[in-house]
Amino acid sequence: MATNTIRVNESPLVLYCLRRADDALVMGHRLSEWCGRGPALEEEMALANMGLDLLGQARSLYTYAAEVEAAGNDEDRYAYLRDARQYRNLLLAEQPNGDFARTILRQFFYAAFADPYWRAMMKSSDPTLAAIAAKSEKESAYHLRHTAEWVIRLGDGTEESHRRAAEAVAHLWPYTGEMFETDAAEQELIAAGVVMDPASFRAEWDRTVSEILSEATLEKPAQGWMQKGGRTGLHSEHLGHMLAEMQVLQRTHPNATW
Amino acid sequence: MYTQALNSRDDAPAAIRPAEELEHEARFQARVDAEERIEANDWMPAAYRKTLVRQISQHAHSEIIGMLPEGNWITRAPSLRRKAALLAKVQDECGHGLYLYAAAETLGVSREELTDQLLTGKAKYSSIFNYPTMSWADIGAIGWLVDGAAIMNQIPLCRCSYGPYARAMIRVCKEESFHQRQGYEIMLTLCRGSEEQKAMAQDALNRWWWPCLMMFGPPDAASQHSDQSTKWKIKRFSNDELRQKFVDATVPQAQFLGLTLPDPELRFVPDEGGDGTTGHWHYGQIDWDEFKQVIAGNGPCNRDRLAARNKAHAEGEWVREAAMAHAAKRQARQQAA
Repeated sequence: MATNTIRVNESPLVLYCLRRADDALVMGHRLSEWCGRGPALEEEMALANMGLDLLGQARSLYTYAAEVEAAGNDEDRYAYLRDARQYRNLLLAEQPNGDFARTILRQFFYAAFADPYWRAMMKSSDPTLAAIAAKSEKESAYHLRHTAEWVIRLGDGTEESHRRAAEAVAHLWPYTGEMFETDAAEQELIAAGVVMDPASFRAEWDRTVSEILSEATLEKPAQGWMQKGGRTGLHSEHLGHMLAEMQVLQRTHPNATW
Repeated sequence: MYTQALNSRDDAPAAIRPAEELEHEARFQARVDAEERIEANDWMPAAYRKTLVRQISQHAHSEIIGMLPEGNWITRAPSLRRKAALLAKVQDECGHGLYLYAAAETLGVSREELTDQLLTGKAKYSSIFNYPTMSWADIGAIGWLVDGAAIMNQIPLCRCSYGPYARAMIRVCKEESFHQRQGYEIMLTLCRGSEEQKAMAQDALNRWWWPCLMMFGPPDAASQHSDQSTKWKIKRFSNDELRQKFVDATVPQAQFLGLTLPDPELRFVPDEGGDGTTGHWHYGQIDWDEFKQVIAGNGPCNRDRLAARNKAHAEGEWVREAAMAHAAKRQARQQAA
């Protein structure tokens, strides 16, 4: 059977852009799944708004990856014509929405990372990445504020909301370590000043998470086992279903323009 | 996205009214006739208030229910650009719902009350959202036709006598025109694409055309009132006038796309300077039985739409309770400090 799955020449910079773009796309997609299901109209707009920001970040990063790869790929080919094994997003990003607490905690853990990350990336020696960072930084600051406020409301709300928020923290915690992982490809870019070492935001992430969880009367889990794999294309069982849905038209009508 | 003329009657109770009220009413009508805007704190006839609450809330409900058929394709949109545009559009609709609920609240009802009416099926919303979105082309057809019909109806509402509604409509119409162009562009892209894509567009048009014509409400001959709404300048054109305008504007667009409208009776009747009904596209009979069934709750998706809103509301209850509980705790702490 013919396949229209693409192959990507993953130079360190291409790989790096795809990893970050995949984080944003997968989370943007997850947030878009909330459409028509939100707990209040205002929150439905906020989730869609954050989803749109993330989709925008994904598009910029894919477009840059395509320019660097120079192999005729583009944002849609990366998004729609790679299989789960080729996706490089964090496992945290692909976690299903679950209840509202699960979604908010997922977005909060990521935003607490993304906010210092994009601010630091504004100093990238790569002008395109620095420009993407300058735009994304404004968005991630909003995402962090919005999700942190909800973590506090849920944690320090009712017994029920506290229970659900605590459950979400416990469930998602093992996926937070992957944000700080690097490999040889990334080390090369760090050494060249193109990207920042995520280890350098670890302290800030810890501080933000500790402060917000404490204000929310939630316990911060002890450091323990951390699940990895997303960055090398080793995903949970959730991603395949998400891609099947997301990619259906591009897979059914190869080479069509939409 | 849309308000529909459902034409149920709002008769004022037949009672002997004091002279003072008649005087108020005369002054009110004079202001309306002079094209002045009526504002929230102004005196208004009880029936005017009631009609507006019904119309504005139905309009708001339509925006909220209208998020569902389109939301159905966000996760399957075929390109990132289309996905972002669709997500933004659905977000706009949610915003329209919020403006409209706020406009309705100026008339002395609460959003909670109105939401309750929607969830229990007591309040109506536009019949069009009870049809399913079966293919990506439906997203194009909805933007082009449904938003197109909405605009035909809403532009005159920008001059509606009730100020808060008129102002909400001005903002809504701006975004709506943008959505309509987006929808048409989706159709155009499909029609210039592969044979399968073009067939997809034709199939969507076949399914959405008649339901869109129904959006303008029953024919004038069968219309129960409208007289009062016209006198109050809530309504500026009759259902059939708007429907004709829509057909006249849309037929050339379909021709440009190279698509056929599913109406064998459709033909242009040239203007021969006679009785004034010429220079328009003549269209065939609308299936009013289908319209009545859909309005009565028996359309293809009525049950699914209401179930989806009820599910969201029920599953969100603990979140809303948490927000209130936290706000109360915070306030108590501030007072204690």
